[in-house]
Amino acid sequence: MHRNHVLIAMDAHTIAQGARSVRDALKRELEMASLSNEVKVVETGSLGIYNKGVVLVVFPDDVYYAGVKIEDVSEIIAEHFIKGRVVERLRYTDIPEAEEVKEVGAAPRFGKQVRVVLKNAGVIDPESIDEYIAHDGYEALGKALTEMKPDDVIDEVKKSGLQGRGGAFFPTGLKWSFAAAEESDQKYIICNADEGEPGTFKDRLILEGDPHCVIEGMVLAGYAVGATQGYVYIRGEYRMSIDRLNRAIKQARANGLLGENIFDSGFSFDLEVREGAGAYICGEETALIESIEGKRGEPRDKPPFPPSVGLWGKPTIVNNVETLANIPQILLRGSDWYRAMGTEKSPGTKVFTMVGNINNPGLIEVPMGITLREIIYDIGHGIPGGKGFKLAQMGGTTGGILTEEHLDLPMTVESLREIGAGLGSGALLVVDDRQDVVELVENFVEFFDHESCGKCTLCREGNGRLLELLRRINNGKGRLQDLDLMEDLAMTMMKGAFCGLGQAAPIPILGCLKYFRDDFVKKIETAETALAA
Amino acid sequence: MQELSRVDDIIQSYSEVKTPLIYILKDVQKEYGYLSDVVLTHVAKKVNIPLSEIYGVATFYSLFTTKPKGKYIVRCCNNAPCHVKGSKEVLEAIKKYLGLEMTETTACGTFTLEFTSCLGLCAVAPVMMINDDVYGNLTPEKAVAILKDYKMKGLSNA
Repeated sequence: MHRNHVLIAMDAHTIAQGARSVRDALKRELEMASLSNEVKVVETGSLGIYNKGVVLVVFPDDVYYAGVKIEDVSEIIAEHFIKGRVVERLRYTDIPEAEEVKEVGAAPRFGKQVRVVLKNAGVIDPESIDEYIAHDGYEALGKALTEMKPDDVIDEVKKSGLQGRGGAFFPTGLKWSFAAAEESDQKYIICNADEGEPGTFKDRLILEGDPHCVIEGMVLAGYAVGATQGYVYIRGEYRMSIDRLNRAIKQARANGLLGENIFDSGFSFDLEVREGAGAYICGEETALIESIEGKRGEPRDKPPFPPSVGLWGKPTIVNNVETLANIPQILLRGSDWYRAMGTEKSPGTKVFTMVGNINNPGLIEVPMGITLREIIYDIGHGIPGGKGFKLAQMGGTTGGILTEEHLDLPMTVESLREIGAGLGSGALLVVDDRQDVVELVENFVEFFDHESCGKCTLCREGNGRLLELLRRINNGKGRLQDLDLMEDLAMTMMKGAFCGLGQAAPIPILGCLKYFRDDFVKKIETAETALAA
Repeated sequence: MQELSRVDDIIQSYSEVKTPLIYILKDVQKEYGYLSDVVLTHVAKKVNIPLSEIYGVATFYSLFTTKPKGKYIVRCCNNAPCHVKGSKEVLEAIKKYLGLEMTETTACGTFTLEFTSCLGLCAVAPVMMINDDVYGNLTPEKAVAILKDYKMKGLSNA
């Protein structure tokens, strides 16, 4: 029996801040102090505390330590575990769980956050299927396979109003019904974990923190549409997600939750991980399918859409990680429970990643409809260094530009659509007023120019020409008519590009030109004056 | 002439996997360091896919390379979240320290400098990745200190 458990967050962010070496030191020094039988070190996913170095939590004392370095480990052991005294200088108190409200049957709330997708992240050991099962894991699957017909599953997901969390917000239940209606000897479920939208790391932390909920969601999707094989397409750079997912798949197989005849229901489903090889465009679902087929990841012509003709020509459902992670909870607790969160047209929660010039960056899960102000100032603790708010970009680099006037806009699919923006991947880039907008736009376009797959002229050449114009302006050689030229070109790309990348690339450019045209004009005129002088 | 028998073993190891080309190329690259013409020609013959198509795949994905690279591949992120946190200054310091422009390799073959797309570590931006290890909250000084460690390591292992 252990008297203390030390949870150490092992996710990509903490590892980048030295979590591995702290973990090793902790284990080694506990061993040396003959405490390894009394204090157990447990690795978990993200604890919801970011950019504060390596984070530990000691249970049952409920003490958080942040910014822990190797040289602090011996002090923590000597003081906390031997003498029972908290090391105050390392103590961290700004804990997301601070305002926990427990309501029977409700999703856990942490202040303004509500956890559905992230309910297990940082709570369970992601490498243990037993811990997942102990937290209602695979209960939804058991319920669906023994009490529900595939059509019932689709109906429940339809009723929940769940929309695809990859960024397009297409109704998930409707998509499933298309594939379910297809007659085919083989259908496939693909989990799109090719997360590459700059500023986005929700899928990464869901997979690192709770891989089994994604697996369970995929098996349920397979049951609903009649697919027996699934693939998780995941970025090759996401080593830790890949390892944890592979381990979870093995455990699920060993427990009869993947493979032949699951729960004696006669339904069989298996999963395979497919690694990407570095291509942003593979997040587009038909490009992703091409990549699994071993080809260049170039998007296909649509229609036909994947639910009719997908992987190897068979009906295929492609769902984002976060979408699938919602499924077990929806089926377990019902669509009414789910609809009680969020708004009428945008039900449920949304996972956002807050990045850029913000005091408290990181991953949050909130009900749809929360305002931008609440996210940035209440949860994100505002902008560092006393700087002002200049703009926010919602949804990644293809996302729309939001300014001061949008701070009280509810974050829902419909309200953002109205102003020509979107929730996209849920990445929220906050930009303070000391940043140069024209340079920022050049940075956006550099990204598109690099990531364009080259298949269609408008995206390949359009982004190249936009980059030339922006570089010219930033190098002091811009002309005022360049701004009209950029707008014209951007509008043409939006209308004519082959896929979502080329169509969405102009959104932030047009947004910045609309709200910050003065910044462009000023830069061009200042350079002209300097030249004339 | 390179020893090509390992290529055959790699291809064999994926006989159960449907459309395994990307996996094969990944493993082959790990074995040989890069995807040379000789190696790709051999793969094409063995998997019965036209060389033109295989070359198309090998040059499409950023994790593949058809040229030899340094022992340590330094991949810097310059996407918007890193940009607003000062990645430009970090990159300038790295370029200056290594004496490299983007995509170049040092004459001694120790370092290659590249861009990476967003690594999803934006809460600790700006970031870089050296081979499989990631480093966050970089400043120009911190980045150079990390590279110095790698340089020492490269020398001692040489």
